[in-house]
Amino acid sequence: MRELCAAALPANAWNWIAVWRRNFLAWKKVALASILGNLADPMIYLFGLGFGLGVVVGRIDGAPYVAFLAGGMVATSAMTAATFETIYAAFARMHAQRTWEAILYTQLTLGDIVLGELAWAATKAFLAGTGITVVATLLGYAAWPSILYALPVIALTGLAFASLAMVITALAPSYDYFVFYQTLVLTPMLFLCGAVFPVAQLPNVFQLAAHFLPLAHAIDLIRPALLGRPAGDMGLHIGALCFYAVLPFFLSVALFRRRLMP
Amino acid sequence: MSTVAIDLAGVSKTYEGKVVVDGLSFRVAAGECFGLLGPNGAGKSTIARMVLGMTSPDAGEITVLGVPVPARARLARARIGVVPQFDNLDLEFTVRENLLVFGRYFGMSTREVEAIIPSLLEFARLESKAHARVSELSGGMKRRLTLARALINDPQLIVMDEPTTGLDPHARHLIWERLRSLLASGKTIILTTHFMEEAERLCDRLCVLENGRKIAEGHPHALIEEQIGCQVIEIYGGNPHELHSLISPYAQRTEVSGETLFCYAPDPERVRLQLRGHAGLRLLQRPPNLEDVFLRLTGREMEK
Repeated sequence: MRELCAAALPANAWNWIAVWRRNFLAWKKVALASILGNLADPMIYLFGLGFGLGVVVGRIDGAPYVAFLAGGMVATSAMTAATFETIYAAFARMHAQRTWEAILYTQLTLGDIVLGELAWAATKAFLAGTGITVVATLLGYAAWPSILYALPVIALTGLAFASLAMVITALAPSYDYFVFYQTLVLTPMLFLCGAVFPVAQLPNVFQLAAHFLPLAHAIDLIRPALLGRPAGDMGLHIGALCFYAVLPFFLSVALFRRRLMP
Repeated sequence: MSTVAIDLAGVSKTYEGKVVVDGLSFRVAAGECFGLLGPNGAGKSTIARMVLGMTSPDAGEITVLGVPVPARARLARARIGVVPQFDNLDLEFTVRENLLVFGRYFGMSTREVEAIIPSLLEFARLESKAHARVSELSGGMKRRLTLARALINDPQLIVMDEPTTGLDPHARHLIWERLRSLLASGKTIILTTHFMEEAERLCDRLCVLENGRKIAEGHPHALIEEQIGCQVIEIYGGNPHELHSLISPYAQRTEVSGETLFCYAPDPERVRLQLRGHAGLRLLQRPPNLEDVFLRLTGREMEK
């Protein structure tokens, strides 16, 4: 049994890089379209809501609404980019395209593949989140140089959401099931975690629930960095994101083993 | 280096209550071409997957290139090349990029892979297609690229699941010719097939499977000689059951399959004489082949 576990877990600390590079090569061919696609949606929300609602809302905690919203949109874009890469692109590579099957016939293990896919999804999340951060900074809605603190958090947020989505990918029989994850998990998180308005506006029970959601921890780290303010409870937030990155990773590897190597 | 490339001992596998592989044992010697021959559903692909450590047997022991599988399959796979039943090339990549990406999975540097790409392309007769996208290749070219890809780690053993299924005859012959050159260079090949001709032409030894069980094993010609050992006359165009009683005294054995009467006759001329005067019959006399062996062993023709 121990040997079979070893067969599924990452074989070493560098095998995953080959999978990451495969995806990078594929992405390079469509990079421009991919970047625009990943940035357009959060940008529209940021400026549409920021300027439109901003007039009504005024300032939140002393910051213009659009600056408040920027942190939320950066975290959300990392969440969406990592999730979509995993549930759609990685699922296609695992299922219809049989890319994973080809890789499993080499000396890579399932764990190596999943790790490479997670690192790749986190990279795309990093690109999306950083892109919005840069735009917000250039327009004067985020503080330089403290935005630099946000960058590793964006990557970690991407890793956590990729890892969670990997569990869904391992379980889903077909694409049709992903819509449940989007509407029942991601969309509520957007409103429960303080992305568009402060969590303090929520009823107590929902505020409590937010403590357990990864997006809330990401926003609590990214927003202060963008506003140029000190973040509280950094250890807790980073720990929570690491928890969401690591635990689902092992769970998804176990589920993929059952699915692909019966 | 052991002379046994693959050793299966008493291997069984059940999927959802259905026995797919049933107490199977065989050995593949280093340097030989070993065929798993059987109809769809005989368990061939499952055996190939078990040899690669992709599926664990419920019972029995598997050793591949001296390594216990699936326990240490990764070690074995580093020295195995795989040609899967369904092409899983990266369609958005070029021929060259496919090889490059695949070499990296074996821990090779870009420079190392680039150094061997020309020889792999030459082997696969794809020199002029290096920069073509895989989606532009014909079925035969894709298969040859998959074969070249399987050689990237200079494997000792090549596992092929239905290597020529879905190819036209010309493409199939080219693959066979390439496989023979691999055998000549000392590689071991295990292939699954339901093409009798493929098995007969390529394999040094065969394991004939039905419902996950071995029903015969040996050199193709020895199997044919041992199971049939005489000329075959295929008779079409009459009522096979009436004809059967007419010729059975002169036949070593007869089999009816669909509209065809197979007559195994040590003296074909006497059978022909018996049938003279029966209008509308068509007779085809030929040497025996593996199809006859399968028919003899199972009482039915292999599905095409």
